[in-house]
Amino acid sequence: MTSILDSLVKSFSSFNLDIAVILPVVTLIGGTVIFLIMAVNALVAVYFERKISAFMQDRLGPMEVGIFGFKGGKKFWGGIGQTLADAIKLLVKEDILPNNADKFLMILAPFIIFTGAFLTFIGVPFAQNIVISDFNIGIFYIFAMSSIGVIGVILAGWSSNNKWSLYGSMRAAAQIISYEIPIGLSLLLVVLVTGSLHLGDIVQWQADHRWFIFHSPFTFLAFFIFYISTIAETNRTPFDIPEAESELVAGWMTEYSGFRWALFFLSEYANMLIVSIVASIVFLGGWLSPLQIFNIFPDSWLILDGPAMGLFWILFKAVILIFIMMWIRWTFPRLRVDQLMYLCWKIFIPFALVNLLFVSLWELIF
Amino acid sequence: MAENLFIIIAALVIASAFWVVFSPNLIHSAVSLIFTLFSTAGLYIFLYADFIAATQVVIYVGGILVLIIFGVMLTNSIDTPSIAASSKNQFIGGMGALTIFVIQVAVIFNTPWHIGTEQSRDSTVASIGNLLLNEYLLPFEIISILLLAALMGAALLSRRT
Repeated sequence: MTSILDSLVKSFSSFNLDIAVILPVVTLIGGTVIFLIMAVNALVAVYFERKISAFMQDRLGPMEVGIFGFKGGKKFWGGIGQTLADAIKLLVKEDILPNNADKFLMILAPFIIFTGAFLTFIGVPFAQNIVISDFNIGIFYIFAMSSIGVIGVILAGWSSNNKWSLYGSMRAAAQIISYEIPIGLSLLLVVLVTGSLHLGDIVQWQADHRWFIFHSPFTFLAFFIFYISTIAETNRTPFDIPEAESELVAGWMTEYSGFRWALFFLSEYANMLIVSIVASIVFLGGWLSPLQIFNIFPDSWLILDGPAMGLFWILFKAVILIFIMMWIRWTFPRLRVDQLMYLCWKIFIPFALVNLLFVSLWELIF
Repeated sequence: MAENLFIIIAALVIASAFWVVFSPNLIHSAVSLIFTLFSTAGLYIFLYADFIAATQVVIYVGGILVLIIFGVMLTNSIDTPSIAASSKNQFIGGMGALTIFVIQVAVIFNTPWHIGTEQSRDSTVASIGNLLLNEYLLPFEIISILLLAALMGAALLSRRT
């Protein structure tokens, strides 16, 4: 796998520039690309989320908002102006810092959360050769960098000097740290079978054998443990007790407004995209097309299998996973705190540990 | 290029470590520790130890630091800590710190450092795994038993009787 940074460095060095000039420029380009991905992702995902909630709960607003008088019919294009309205609202909102808040930390906290999501994107591949930087320890890098965000959540809650915020951040810390364990154990299973931490190698293994979710009954179970835990990790309903509107106003983001709140929003949707892409790479065959599984399509269809279609298939899988996350969000009620901890410590972790043992046995036998 | 980057990262480690010690606000110390630990991971990357660097971030930033901030956050009177309020034992403490500093400087200047040219390596994960499970198996197992005992102790202490 060649990464975007590598190929940029290679193409810049043909201009006979010094490496001290090339590297900052290339790094800057990489960062801009990640920021664009995050911004576009948030715009599209917010529209997606509002429309899905409107379809599921009969909400009227997101179906009506037009743009410059263009109403766009009732169903699909109706509400196309909602995204623009949201963006303008976030940018022109008054920026408030409470008097007794720890101002330095309150300003710093959103940037820590944003940095966590930003750094994670560096290692996330979008297709075989479309990755900002290709790490040998790819999946471990993503796991490591996604654990930074929780510090920002705790600091945001504490620095606001507000009891709802403090409650929210305590809940967030307990929840995110707990759910990292089943996620780590499920990913360990993949590393155990494929024998590599490199995401390209993991997909290559799936190309040679079969999609990981279909590898054995235990990996099938592991996918669901992973997926449900990532929903908890991204703080989405039914696991959104840190921001539980009906009890904590908005939890750890109660005192935030304007652009700093927009950063939370951006990071939440970026994390959704990251976990969906990681789930589809690790368990659902990454950039391999699902057509290869069935083997019943005529040869002319196999053009969809080519490496050029990798980006399409990976986004296709990720978008389906994101849709299921939204579907779950708008149909299930919120869990109680003790139910959340029960689910993690007494169901997911024992199952993940037993899974690990049985997958090792499965690998020995077959 | 690489030297400048190294100097920036090393300066960040030292400056944030200073702020950890001298900040009057406990939680600011804890936040400053983020930058110390994260920049240390950057120093590991300079040594081609990518796996160690990621482990540093997972364990120290994602685990231990969260626990520290969580603990500090729930203590009373964060703004007015009474850590350095009493001047007892300042002399002995200072002497101890100075001795350790002198020993470390002596070690740094007397070690024959291996200075090679930069070269890209393969992944270090495989060799770390081999060494842990072959040559250093006994220490590895002892550490894991120690951690298991700590885990059981923590569970026992926090249980409501």
